[in-house]
Amino acid sequence: MSEVLRHLILVFGVLIGALTIAAGLIWLDRGLLAAWQDRYGPNRVGPFGLIQVLADMVKIFTKQDWIPPFADRPVFVIAPALLVVTVLMSFAVVPFAPGIVVSDLNVGLLFFLAMTALGVYGIALGGWSSNNKYSLLGAIRAIAQMLSYEVFMGLSLMGVVILAGSFNLSKIVEAQKNLWFCIPQFPGLVIFVIAGIAETHRLPFDLPEAESELIAGFHSEYSGMKFGLFFVGEYLSITLISAMIVVFFFGGWLGPVLPPILWFVIKTFVFICGFILLRASLPRPRYDQLMSFAWKILLPLALLNLMVTGGIVLAVG
Amino acid sequence: MLSHLRTIWQILRHSFRRPETIQYPEQKPYLAPRFRGRIILSRDPDGEERCVACYLCAAACPVDCIALQATEDEHGRRYPAFFRINFSRCILCGFCEEACPTLAIQLTPDYEMCEYDRQNLVYEKEDLLISGPGKYPDYNFYRVAGLAIAGKDKGEAENESEPVDTHTLLP
Repeated sequence: MSEVLRHLILVFGVLIGALTIAAGLIWLDRGLLAAWQDRYGPNRVGPFGLIQVLADMVKIFTKQDWIPPFADRPVFVIAPALLVVTVLMSFAVVPFAPGIVVSDLNVGLLFFLAMTALGVYGIALGGWSSNNKYSLLGAIRAIAQMLSYEVFMGLSLMGVVILAGSFNLSKIVEAQKNLWFCIPQFPGLVIFVIAGIAETHRLPFDLPEAESELIAGFHSEYSGMKFGLFFVGEYLSITLISAMIVVFFFGGWLGPVLPPILWFVIKTFVFICGFILLRASLPRPRYDQLMSFAWKILLPLALLNLMVTGGIVLAVG
Repeated sequence: MLSHLRTIWQILRHSFRRPETIQYPEQKPYLAPRFRGRIILSRDPDGEERCVACYLCAAACPVDCIALQATEDEHGRRYPAFFRINFSRCILCGFCEEACPTLAIQLTPDYEMCEYDRQNLVYEKEDLLISGPGKYPDYNFYRVAGLAIAGKDKGEAENESEPVDTHTLLP
């Protein structure tokens, strides 16, 4: 009984925690962007504008939830939920601290990759069911981008798997007791970060949205909380990718003095801020540049990294 | 690639800059001395309306936000029967001030005229008229113009000589 209760608390804790962080990220995102553009950002609602998130929520919930008459209704409704659910599913395998993990799967890494791959459905179906040419263009871009970056996102992690000898995320973290994988797997880290940005379709790789070209890309036709769900999904996936970078390359919960969970949160937030910094500074590439960068540079690099790591491990071990 | 890293570094350094923002309601921005804001109608030093309803401001207005109707009082002075400025259209360009031959219409440095109701931005003559002469304290159009009105005949204006009698040969 207590085992069930513990699991339930864990599941809802992770769920509520992840959603709270995603909502808080809206504030953090705006605040940091403002700071880097020499502005104040939201500072009117509550202390430091912290209640801004709540105000935004109230606003978005009271907005008219309009479904265009030309849209494919059921798919249109289900698409944003699909995006959020797939991202939330990935949080099930994130080891926040020793023992604090919803499901300590032996194939946790594969589960994470599978769920991010499923995430493309939310966007593709959303863009397609909108029955709008800009949405469709955004969805096509999203599919092509996410599929291509999916390939070496997985490949870049294989080096980590070889070093750790396991697909289990907790075991991967424990394997970094002596040396964080960011040092022996530096190329893998770089590739994973780039692929991660592309996976979350954040700037500079926000081609599926590309508001200067495609209005809002795949979510042009969405309004109200459906639009909000797309945003929550985006912030959730930023959190997820940051957490995954920490787990795979920066020793997860490992760290001196402070409790493990705090270490995990601190490291994750550093990477979230890094994501926002990239958004503040880098311009969006052209679409063909994005694709050729993926297939001509990053994929060979990922394969090379995998080969060298495998060779060294084979020679040494 | 290197330039991208440099860009990121440059942006990161901005974390330690002071924001340029002026937090408006608490903190007022610096206004240039000739800042053009809300439009007023001034009076001459004698307290009469300066506006002679010549329509030049309405003609000069690029957004057609000025509407007025000319009329004349018993002394022969022209004045606007109504004078209406729609500030929801006004772009504060100041062309009306430049066009005004009697220095009646003037722009003030006031810019805080927000309203919840759009209709409240339509200012009537009572809203526009101020009690003083504005930027030109001594100017009185009828005292320098050659126009005859009650109490001031031709030739009685400032720096104006007596009208010449064109029917006589005497010097």
